[in-house]
Amino acid sequence: MELRSKIPAGPLEQKWDRHRAELKLVNPANKRKYTIIVVGSGLAGASAAATLGELGYQVKCFSFHDSPRRAHSIAAQGGINAAKNYQNDGDSVWRLFHDTIKGGDFRAREANVYRLAQVSVNIIDQCVAQGVPFAREYGGLLANRSFGGAQVSRTFYARGQTGQQLLLGAYQALMRQVALGTVTMYPRTEMLDLVVIDGRARGIVTRNLVTGTIASHVGDAVVLATGGYGNIFYLSTNAKASNATAIWRAYKRGAALANPCYTQIHPTCIPVSGNYQSKLTLMSESLRNDGRVWVPKRKGDTRPPHEIPESERDYYLERKYPSYGNLAPRDIASRSAKEVCDEGRGVGPGGLGVYLDFSDAIRRLGVEKIRERYGNLFQMYQRITDEDPYQVPMRIYPAVHYTMGGLWVDYNLMSTIPGLHVIGEANFSDHGANRLGASALMQGLADGYFILPLTIGDYLAGAPLAKVDVDHPAFREAECAVRERVKRLLSIRGTRTVDSIHRELGKLLWDYCGMARNETGLRHALRKIPEIRQEFWENVKVLGDGEELNQQLEKAGRVADFLEFAELMCLDALHRNESCGGHFREEYQTPDGEALRDDANYAYVAAWEYQGDDRMPALHKEPLVFENVKLAQRSYK
Amino acid sequence: MTNPDAAMNLTLYVWRQPGPDAEGRMVRYEARDINPDMSFLEMLDVVNEELISKGEEPIAFDHDCREGICGSCGMMINGVAHGPWKATATCQLHMRAFKDGDTIYIEPWRARPFPVIKDLVVDRSAFDRIIQAGGYISVSTGSPQDANAIPIPKDTVESAMDAAQCIACGACVAACPNASAMLFTSAKIGHLGLLPQGQPERYRRALSMVAQMDAEGFGGCTWHGECQEACPKEISIDWIARMHRDFLTATLTARPERVAAGGE
Repeated sequence: MELRSKIPAGPLEQKWDRHRAELKLVNPANKRKYTIIVVGSGLAGASAAATLGELGYQVKCFSFHDSPRRAHSIAAQGGINAAKNYQNDGDSVWRLFHDTIKGGDFRAREANVYRLAQVSVNIIDQCVAQGVPFAREYGGLLANRSFGGAQVSRTFYARGQTGQQLLLGAYQALMRQVALGTVTMYPRTEMLDLVVIDGRARGIVTRNLVTGTIASHVGDAVVLATGGYGNIFYLSTNAKASNATAIWRAYKRGAALANPCYTQIHPTCIPVSGNYQSKLTLMSESLRNDGRVWVPKRKGDTRPPHEIPESERDYYLERKYPSYGNLAPRDIASRSAKEVCDEGRGVGPGGLGVYLDFSDAIRRLGVEKIRERYGNLFQMYQRITDEDPYQVPMRIYPAVHYTMGGLWVDYNLMSTIPGLHVIGEANFSDHGANRLGASALMQGLADGYFILPLTIGDYLAGAPLAKVDVDHPAFREAECAVRERVKRLLSIRGTRTVDSIHRELGKLLWDYCGMARNETGLRHALRKIPEIRQEFWENVKVLGDGEELNQQLEKAGRVADFLEFAELMCLDALHRNESCGGHFREEYQTPDGEALRDDANYAYVAAWEYQGDDRMPALHKEPLVFENVKLAQRSYK
Repeated sequence: MTNPDAAMNLTLYVWRQPGPDAEGRMVRYEARDINPDMSFLEMLDVVNEELISKGEEPIAFDHDCREGICGSCGMMINGVAHGPWKATATCQLHMRAFKDGDTIYIEPWRARPFPVIKDLVVDRSAFDRIIQAGGYISVSTGSPQDANAIPIPKDTVESAMDAAQCIACGACVAACPNASAMLFTSAKIGHLGLLPQGQPERYRRALSMVAQMDAEGFGGCTWHGECQEACPKEISIDWIARMHRDFLTATLTARPERVAAGGE
């Protein structure tokens, strides 16, 4: 396998413009002859499907939800970055590019990130034209706030529901295309395999979640926009159904999977309250604009927060990172929280929590201002914890939130399987080893609205695509494999529920491949995962049958894939003998506990190629070349 | 925080219906050792884990984000859409809303345009079709003008946002004695109709979305106000009044052949 990144030549600022000018085009009359399969209907999938429909392609869009509007992008709270420089605070495309490369700990491609920063400004224009009600100032112009890892205010937002409003914008554009007949929606339909013919992605096999019908769909290109794999940890801020099945199936059909060990642990989530916990809830990073993070200076201090005097509090982010303070990037803020809790200074039950305190901001701005900015988040916090954050500080703790790793793609967002394109969180492309806040929405929409719809035309115009139909042996074989697997899951009838096995896997990964990793722990996890996998295939209990709505069966299939994915994740973490961004190997740290990169040996993308179930995957390296930024140890001090 | 030792035992009556055409019935279950800090759906998770252990099929219900924003979940809890807490979707309802020994009746949304698929899962695709009828601004991806080119008063955008935050859960329909979808439809018409970008299509949008709403079999509004009481996002019935105004204006001014052309 050869990794050809296809990064265009020329100066960084001109790469995308030149590339666009050179891409092959499909003429309007021919576009309708091509069928494009889009899997997923979140920000990336919905924006891509709508835009491809507008261009004239025939689009089939698949979603396991009952409506595309339920995709998990909807839960993004804080905002979306764009280099508009409306605040006149020194922002620019260059600065957004630089912040993102640095925030990603120098493990992303310069050319991709620069393009992302360029396109960011178009996204805001597009969304406003669609009617997205971004927050505004009294003069009627758009408002901004700040997010971690940046010293400018470039984040656009719609209260604490930015993801919802952006997704509804894309969803509405998608519904418009459905009405026009260019896009056909397949709701409650899950992709269970990818079909590759003559080395090209030519379709997918799906299961209708209501009737259980297994079906094949032929296309001229396939786009995966299926999100991240954070739910591998069981407890995460992801929605319950978010899963890795689509990208894992593609991996097993030959698509390289890049940097699976890069997972993001978000510093501000509501702590776990009991062993029944089904998911974790994020408290938006935007809260760190006004909230101050602290713990008691003394170990085991059990006094309620208001009884701890100012002099006995440790505002550790402000102390350690004076220039960014509470807006230090996520990986750093999370590790710092873990550190103080490991020292025994954590607060709340079990000592796994730190305070996020708004009392200074309330004194400064008044309760009403705080309510206007964060009202819905405060309300959600109160419902979950039964504590009033206007009166007592929030208690927060890091939780799994996002996965920077994903299927490897070239500059055109195409994977190592020709015709298979991957966009949004499902690919690995733009965030390096750590994603900055408010950049996921930006990347999803950049890929879906502005990049993929152009680059996919270049593929279609240049690809010799033989006519195939669902009777092709490759479709028959894939359908057969999917049926067998469903049958097998239903025939085990063991004694353990899917959730109990998923929790076991999640706990193992959190302990050994979570916020901090080391060789001994990773080797332990690599020994344990096959045991859990064996337990699953011998002893899982899935009731009911395959020809009906069967939510346990859906879950079981996803967990079965997580049980394989987990091994690759740990393998990747073990091979990367350095710390970078969200990947913190305890053996590799600076004297003051910061991540210690090894640029001489690890400035590359690790792309893994499947070799068979019983064989080690092959590692391919795409060197990362930095021509425009200087590699340095990240400093937020 | 609630005392975690204050575990509760509850009696549930849950609507079980194996499939769209099968007959359904209420089935009694005991929920034991329920922690008041659990969410309502976590309580159902616990019941389901026990059912599976006993070899009984778990209760099917839609859910996903469990943060009150995706709109997937929703059930009638003791006859109230999303249960006893105001402005709260089912996933954000917590068990401290109940007390030891309580009996809870759990049913799916009941409305002809929302047919039951299984147990508590219903088909809400009618909502997508209402949006397809015109719940958008016809602007293709391209190069629109700069986002700040048209200033929008802060109050206007805040009002638009009040309507735009609808999560399409369907509680408004379930709560309404007429199974009306007017709160849902009017929220979208209101959101887009308030913004300058939404003006060119404002009246045809009102006509075509209302026409689709009627075609789906939703009832009319007779101002009971149950929808706004049930709405987890507290969307006001003022939006329905505004929709009526737009619809009336459109009826008086629109050209019929344009109406027939639908969403294009």
